[in-house]
Formats: sequence, C-alpha cells, structure tokens
Amino acid sequence: MSNSESSPLAIEVRGLSKTYKNSVKALDGLNLIVPSGSIFALLGPNGAGKSTTIKILTTLCRPDSGEARVAGIDVLREPQRVRRAIGCVAQKSGVDESCTGRENLTLQGQLHHLHGADLKQRVETLLSRFSLINAASRLASTYSGGMKRRLDIAMGLIHRPQVLFLDEPTTGLDPEARVELWEEIGRLSAEGLSILLTTHYLEEADRLAQNVAIIDRGRVVAEGTAESLKGELRGDSVEVELAEAASTEAISAALQNTVVVSDLRVSGKTVYARAEQGATAVPPMLVALEAAGVKVASVKVARPTLDDVYLRHTGKTIQQAEAQVNQ
Amino acid sequence: MNFLSDSWFLTLRVLRHLMRQPIFIALTLIQPIIWLGLYGQLFKRVVELPGFQTSSYISFLTPGVIIMSALFGAGWSGMGIILDLDRGVMDRFLIAPVSRPAIILGRLVYLAIVTLVQSLILFSMGFVLGARFAGGAPGLFVLLVAAISLSIPFGALSLAMALMVRKQESVIGAVNFILLPLTFMSPVFIASPLMPAWMVAAARFNPLNWAVQAGRLALAGNPDWPNILLKLAALWVFGLFAIWLATRAFRAYQRSA
Repeated sequence: MSNSESSPLAIEVRGLSKTYKNSVKALDGLNLIVPSGSIFALLGPNGAGKSTTIKILTTLCRPDSGEARVAGIDVLREPQRVRRAIGCVAQKSGVDESCTGRENLTLQGQLHHLHGADLKQRVETLLSRFSLINAASRLASTYSGGMKRRLDIAMGLIHRPQVLFLDEPTTGLDPEARVELWEEIGRLSAEGLSILLTTHYLEEADRLAQNVAIIDRGRVVAEGTAESLKGELRGDSVEVELAEAASTEAISAALQNTVVVSDLRVSGKTVYARAEQGATAVPPMLVALEAAGVKVASVKVARPTLDDVYLRHTGKTIQQAEAQVNQ
Repeated sequence: MNFLSDSWFLTLRVLRHLMRQPIFIALTLIQPIIWLGLYGQLFKRVVELPGFQTSSYISFLTPGVIIMSALFGAGWSGMGIILDLDRGVMDRFLIAPVSRPAIILGRLVYLAIVTLVQSLILFSMGFVLGARFAGGAPGLFVLLVAAISLSIPFGALSLAMALMVRKQESVIGAVNFILLPLTFMSPVFIASPLMPAWMVAAARFNPLNWAVQAGRLALAGNPDWPNILLKLAALWVFGLFAIWLATRAFRAYQRSA
C-alpha cells in the first residue's frame, strides 16, 4: 500500500501494443505518463485505441507487448492488486438494471470486500453525493441517462480508489447532464483522485484536463498541457467557408504573395489556415481570393483550440477521423 | 474465504432478479404442470402394459418430470450470463477484485436453489394428483439431491457454451436440440423394459437417466442403495468435469477480450 501511495505517477505505460484477432491493430507502441492527482485526457476519435488502453490498464485484457503500471503496481504481474487501487466507468454501463441503485452500490462494495457498517455508510454517502438518495430504492432501469452515469461513477468510487478511469464519460448525455458531470469530475480531482478520461470531445479535454495526449492509430502523436499544445500553434486559426469546393493548389496560388498565412489546408469547401494576427490577415485574404475569382461564403477567426492541435498532428479533424472509422 | 462470500453475493443478485419477476417462476412451472396434469391423465392407462412395475402412472411420472424440469432449467442458465456480457455487468465484476470462479459458482448455487424449490413445488403437485411413494422422506431427499446433481453439470455446460458463443440463440438451440432428445432417450415417460433396445443401450450413458433412476429407486420400497449411490456418484463426476469446462471457457473468454 505504502509503495503505491508514494508513487508520484498514477499511470506509466511503455510501448504498449495490441493486435486483435481480426488483425485490427488497436495499439502500436503507446507510451503514456500520468502524474498523480491530476486529470489526464486521452483524446482521439473512435477506433484510435483509447478503449483498448483503458481495458489493458483496468486488467480486462492483456497487451501483446509493453509494460504498464497503475498506482505504481504492475498491471500484468499483479492484476488483483491493481483492481483494488482503481475504479472504472466503462463506456458500456456496468449498472445492473434489474437491481436498485442501492443494491448496485452495495454489491459493488461487497465485491470489493467492504462489509458491515463501513459498507452501509459508504453506500449512503455516495448516494447522497451523487444526488441519487431519492431514487436509491428504485430499479436502475427507471433511471435517466445522467442518473445511470452518476450511479456508474459512484460504483467506481465505492472502495476509495486512487486512480479513476472514465471511458467516454459524457457520451450520450444531454448538455445539462454533461456540464453537471464535468463539475463533479472536477470536484473529484480536487479531492486528490487521479483521473484518466478518454473523450472524442475536444471541448471536454480542454475544459477538464490538465494534461492531454492525442492518440491516433494506437500511438500518442502529441502530449502536453492543453495550453502548451495550443501554444505550439502560432497565431490564430482562420477558417474560410467557400461557396464552391476548391483545391489546395488553387487556393495557395491565389493567396501567394498577398498574405502571410501558414498551415494552409483545404478540405471540401473549407480553407483552414493560420495567421499571426487573424484580424489583420483576413481583409487582404478576401481581396486576393476575390481577385482569383473564388467566392467566399463566410469567415471565422479563432484563438487556437485543441481541434486545431488535433488537425495539425493527424492531418484530419476529429469529425473526419470519426467518419473514416465508421465507414 | 472471499471465494465463498463472493459466490454468495453473486447468487443473491440473481435470486433478487427472480424475486422481482415472479411471473418467470410461474412460466417455468407451466410446462411441467401440463406434463403432470394433462399428459399424466392422457396416458394414465399406459401402466397396464406389461413392463411397468407400478399401477399408478402419476407416481411413475412425477419423479421423471421433476428431473426433466431440473434439466431444462439448467439448460437456460447461459442466457443470464450473456445478458451480463452484453450489458457490461460482467466487465464490472472483472474489474473488481472478485474471485473469478465465484462468477461461475454464484450462478450454479442459484441454479441449485431454484431447482430445489421447483422440485418441491412439482412434488406437491404430483402428490395432489395422487402420486404416492413407499420410499417416504428419504426417497424425496434423494430425488431432490438427484435433481440438483443433474442441474449443476448441465448448468455449467450451458454457461460454458454461453461464454464461448455469446449468443442467446445458440443457448435456445442447444436446449431444444440436445435436451429434448436426451429426455426421450430416458425412462422419464415410460419404463425401461418398454423402450427399444438401442435406446436402453444409449440411455446407459445419459445422465438424465442416472438421475431419474436414482430418484425412482429411492422412492420405491426397499431402495437399492449401492445402485443409487453409484448413479449419484456418476452425476457428481460429470458435474466436476462440467465445472472444470466452464472455468476453462471463462478463462478463454477473458483472454479473448
């Protein structure tokens, strides 16, 4: 116990690889360092390897190669000790819908070998903390999506874990429930819990996490604080919506010698570019485009976001990556 | 120690499901009640055939239907575990430091309890319909032991199959394609001397036959105890093998995750 508590790292992952039976390469030499007591976000589209990483770290499956430690404990050598140190909220809810909220929590506590008054008190504390006390005696099948997710998190916390895994915690929740959950996750972290969350919502990573790793095809392609990742991008992002689709070549030819923009990319009808000063770059850009006969529908200038970081490191937007996977 | 307490907590969970849906208890009893009430009446005079050593068909049929119901109840065991896999409940258990064999054992203990209650209900029903047994309480006890001893191996096999194929359709298929023939290749409905010779030969290897025989022998006057024990022991050996198979299937499931 003392060994794990003294560990300054919540998670240490080296060279994790995993290929599934259907020869899908889920992880391809993934490295990850998560400091204790912080929120760390794994950002990437579906199919990037986030869920596989969580499955390995929570002892549900084994990698083909590589090493992983959670709370200082080797995941492959001492899975049973890891299980005592972690809580997990999987994408697929683990709530037993044919039981009440209280029964779900109690069983989870019993399986973590809590008992007696300690267990009872812990169950009631968590029920009230997650605003489930009034619904505690109702079957979980009657719960709303947000309530079910809160019960799921309470179940993950019953044994006071050191590291909490949240796999896509806000997927499928309505905006209000999402914001509530973000606040709760923030509070848990403030209490000293280390949290690893996966998300394909850039906004979520930006808002919650101190550190972000961008995953693409089973590898970490960029890592750092949200701010430092955004800082790597010089200047503002400029997005020009065209009336008709155009090629990158045509647009760069049109803009040649007129404005200083970098990272120029065209995807369909949208031109993505970066400029030191977005506001001053836009007027000459529009003039140059008009001179080349390109019709502009709208222009957007923004401070860099994690979206831009993702685009820069993977060459596609998260939505595009998502669409590829779904095909 | 954790192994036993974990198993018990998981048993209670499934029992709770059942108590919440008492309609399922009624549904599982409908079939055996039809066998006892209607089939038993319809074939009442079958005992007049030479070969039957009894004059009461309901007394002959009751232990058979009890054992058959234990078999079918066991066959459905795999359904629940597939639901757990689909709903993420199994992953929840696996992430907790719960004893892995307890996940299998919890379901088997549940099955034993359900089989016991179901057998007692059907026995009372048979009694109401006129079944009487010279073997008395010890006979009933052995019948219950035989029913449970048959349900455990088939429950374990159903779990093993569910963990391997992970489709409810396959469990439904197996129950119909395996358990129904096993039932007819046994003396559940008719005395062995009246069965075709090849079926009698095949029935020697049919665990359902062992359980029915053990139950009927114990319920008769002057039970042949060594023979009864031998049949029960055969069921236990089969049970250990099936449980071993189910834990193997469970490990294979975990590796494939």
